[in-house]
Amino acid sequence: MASHGIEIRGLYKIFGPEGQRHVQSVKEGMSKAELNEKHAHVLGLKDINISMPGGGITVVMGLSGSGKSTLIRHINRLIEPTVGEVLYDGTDVCRMSVKELREFRRHKTAMVFQKFALLPHRTVLENTVYGLDIQGVPRSESTKKGRYWIDRVGLSGFENHYPNQLSGGMQQRVGLARALSNDADILLMDEAYSALDPLIRVDMQTVLLDLQAELKKTVVFITHDLDEALRLGDKIAILRDGEVIQQGSGQQIVLSPADDYIASFVREVNRGRVIQVQTVMTPLTGQAAAASGVMPIPVGTTLEETAKAMTAGGVALVQIVSAEGRPVGQLDLQSLIGAMVTPADHEKPPSLAAE
Amino acid sequence: MASCSILPDVLCSFPAVSDSYIRLARKTIDDGFRGLVREYSHLIDAVVQPLQVFLNALERLFVNSPWILVLAVMLAIVYLASRSIAITIGTAVGMVLIGLIGLWQDTMVTLAIVTVATLIAILIGIPIGILMARSDRVQGAINPILDVMQTLPSFVYLIPVVVIFGIGKVPGLIAVVIYAVPPMIRLTNLGIRLVDRDVLEAADAFGSSPGQKLWNVQMPLALPTIMAGINQTIMMSLAMVVVASMVGVGGLGKNTLQAINNQFFTFGFMNGFALVAIAIIFDRASQTFGKRLQKHTEVVHG
Repeated sequence: MASHGIEIRGLYKIFGPEGQRHVQSVKEGMSKAELNEKHAHVLGLKDINISMPGGGITVVMGLSGSGKSTLIRHINRLIEPTVGEVLYDGTDVCRMSVKELREFRRHKTAMVFQKFALLPHRTVLENTVYGLDIQGVPRSESTKKGRYWIDRVGLSGFENHYPNQLSGGMQQRVGLARALSNDADILLMDEAYSALDPLIRVDMQTVLLDLQAELKKTVVFITHDLDEALRLGDKIAILRDGEVIQQGSGQQIVLSPADDYIASFVREVNRGRVIQVQTVMTPLTGQAAAASGVMPIPVGTTLEETAKAMTAGGVALVQIVSAEGRPVGQLDLQSLIGAMVTPADHEKPPSLAAE
Repeated sequence: MASCSILPDVLCSFPAVSDSYIRLARKTIDDGFRGLVREYSHLIDAVVQPLQVFLNALERLFVNSPWILVLAVMLAIVYLASRSIAITIGTAVGMVLIGLIGLWQDTMVTLAIVTVATLIAILIGIPIGILMARSDRVQGAINPILDVMQTLPSFVYLIPVVVIFGIGKVPGLIAVVIYAVPPMIRLTNLGIRLVDRDVLEAADAFGSSPGQKLWNVQMPLALPTIMAGINQTIMMSLAMVVVASMVGVGGLGKNTLQAINNQFFTFGFMNGFALVAIAIIFDRASQTFGKRLQKHTEVVHG
């Protein structure tokens, strides 16, 4: 299944009866507070431009009230935009007719919700085939698919339980199975793991990453947790007050936070798990000797894993090799450790550092 | 009336419109109304006819079947609905006592009319409730009507019913339905409106059509409230059946009316007992049935 990317262009959302009227003043720089005070309209999203790669996980991160849940609901148009485009495979979702939109939601998107939103009167299996029921797939066929996905998310044996009988983590597995049964290209996950306790959350992240390695869907994942964003995201967009303040790979965000706000988040991050060796290695120049006997580490390995390998092997120097096995650089223990700890200029919030 | 002596007369005794005007107005309205009824009598008959046929058929079925068969079917229904031995035994005891005091026949007549009234109330009430839940404007229009229907003393709306439909079983049935339908409508509306917003959003996100949303999500989740509505409707039909005996409904209600008119204390008490017995049977059976439908909500993960 070839996945298409999602292109969001110039998206504005102003909540209120006459949102359309105030777009121009927002474009001209009216702030959220001013709009609320003068016109009693709430600025939800302001000039969002994100390109979400097909087959990858895009994480939208922000604190509550930043507009992240509003943003994800524009992709399947649960919320109507004030102006802007959401392009998928060349079609603007915002211009679809009611019927087209229904077909789009049935076949192209599936959604996982923070509060699970399972149907309490349906069993796990019946919940899982819910999307297929709506598509009109006969039960004889959909149950097979449902059982397969229940098995894949690790819920075999619970097919005939009701959601009330399951723990939060298990309920969200049902939510995930329901979304996956739809066979949709786009998977929208709205704070899907925020209601779960930390261990189960990590567990569910692994489930998602394992499935994604195989399915290559276009995943949009909403979270308020930077660690989660860095673990899952091929691409991360950070929202604040309805605006994107930085987007890029996890490494880019950790290494060069766009402003103090992001820097204050990034300070607490375990950098060893985010930064990859090729970012901090000393590149080989020319045809320098591919030193023999030096431990090879493939490009894309995180610093933490490298450190583990180095301590286990008792070496102080490793060679970084490309996917084809060609040496591209080297890394010694000192620069490795240097890259793993938070640099001094990120250490304290700027206001304190100035004192 | 010390204060009256110092006030002008008009402020003391209320200046009513003169009697002759009121008489004229009453006569005009009454005649107009009767004329209207007479003119549309065919239409009214056509509407009433199927009800009459249905009610008569059910009544004959209940009254003419051997009591042992009726009792067996009743116990089977009660057991299937409640899955409770205690309620089933209670039903058997209640019905046998009713039979022993010689009220079997009358109870069957009452049972028939309550059954028909409840069915009609459900058939009318649920669609109206759904419409109300879908549109605030419809809700705004219907709510005051329901308020009037529920506050109007039950005797008062026997008057137009009698004028339009005359005296008899079917007018009584119509009065019972009007009295019993408001809780059905209100609770259907309420149940649908109380459905969790998150679940509705999920239904939308998966591309439900409005009909799919109604049948897959809203109705099943509103079911406990709708069942409470059905229960209320049954109870109110039973209450109104007694009042409706004044316009010619037979059965236990008629006996009660006789007992009031003639001060037959024991006879009245026996009829009252029979009414209470079938009310409890209906109530317990429909409530446990409603609870059983919701068993998935009771097993909560620890």
